[in-house]
Amino acid sequence: MTRAATVWGCVCLAGALVACGETTSGESGVRKSDVPAWQGSSGASNAFVADGWKTGDQASWEQQMRNRSRGQNEYSRTTP
Amino acid sequence: MARMKFICDAERCIECNGCVTACKAEHDVPWGVNRRRVVTLNDGVAGEKSVSVACMHCSDAPCMAVCPVDCFYRTDDGVVLHDKDVCIGCGYCSYACPFGAPQFPSNGTFGLRGKMDKCTFCAGGPEANGSAAEFEKYGRNRLAEGKLPACAEMCSTKALLGGDGDVVSDIFRNRVLVRGKGSEVWGWGTAYGKPATNPAPQAKPEVKKS
Repeated sequence: MTRAATVWGCVCLAGALVACGETTSGESGVRKSDVPAWQGSSGASNAFVADGWKTGDQASWEQQMRNRSRGQNEYSRTTP
Repeated sequence: MARMKFICDAERCIECNGCVTACKAEHDVPWGVNRRRVVTLNDGVAGEKSVSVACMHCSDAPCMAVCPVDCFYRTDDGVVLHDKDVCIGCGYCSYACPFGAPQFPSNGTFGLRGKMDKCTFCAGGPEANGSAAEFEKYGRNRLAEGKLPACAEMCSTKALLGGDGDVVSDIFRNRVLVRGKGSEVWGWGTAYGKPATNPAPQAKPEVKKS
């Protein structure tokens, strides 16, 4: 009787531990199919593309992003 | 490599909702969907604070972790985007998101919940940059046009800062040092890391006048 209870206990414990072995779906969704922004817009013939960078040049685009970001700092225009 | 982030300076936000309007207009967002909204804390009480809230494009995004169909992905610039062709509109991401960013248009019969919609950091989606298909699903792709998100660039008081994390946090740090207060950045620790590992800039200590 005691032996049967022990066996059943082991089976239940094994089942519980199997459930803990599920792999996380955390960062598996990182996909690279999207075209990077620095490659520009396919509709780049439109007039909305900002000046100051070259389409397809990653370094140029990153510098453009930094410049636009710094443009949000009004202390660069006025003395605090 | 840029790491795109948002900061909202609660000391400056005047609850004008210009960011909300800019977002809706730029992306032609339908009725009932607000990718960005302004939340006011202690509304009506002296000293109330307003914060502009949208998807923060978290470093460890919980929406990505819970999505059963794995529709989310992160760009090289740290922008969390999703594929509406894969999304089944289950709403798990809505429960997981600490910022209430995921939105669901009710445009179907009997209030059928549509595909999830959220802030894209003006970076569109998996379709070709600047294409009509991309605009239809996700709105304009301003990053591919060499611009920053419309909400941040349109903010009249420059309370909402968006762009490369190093640059915008430096701008905010400088402000805090100049004014000597308002170093709290709501949502920053939740989105981009624990305060202990990524501390907010400290206010300038007050100088006692003798």
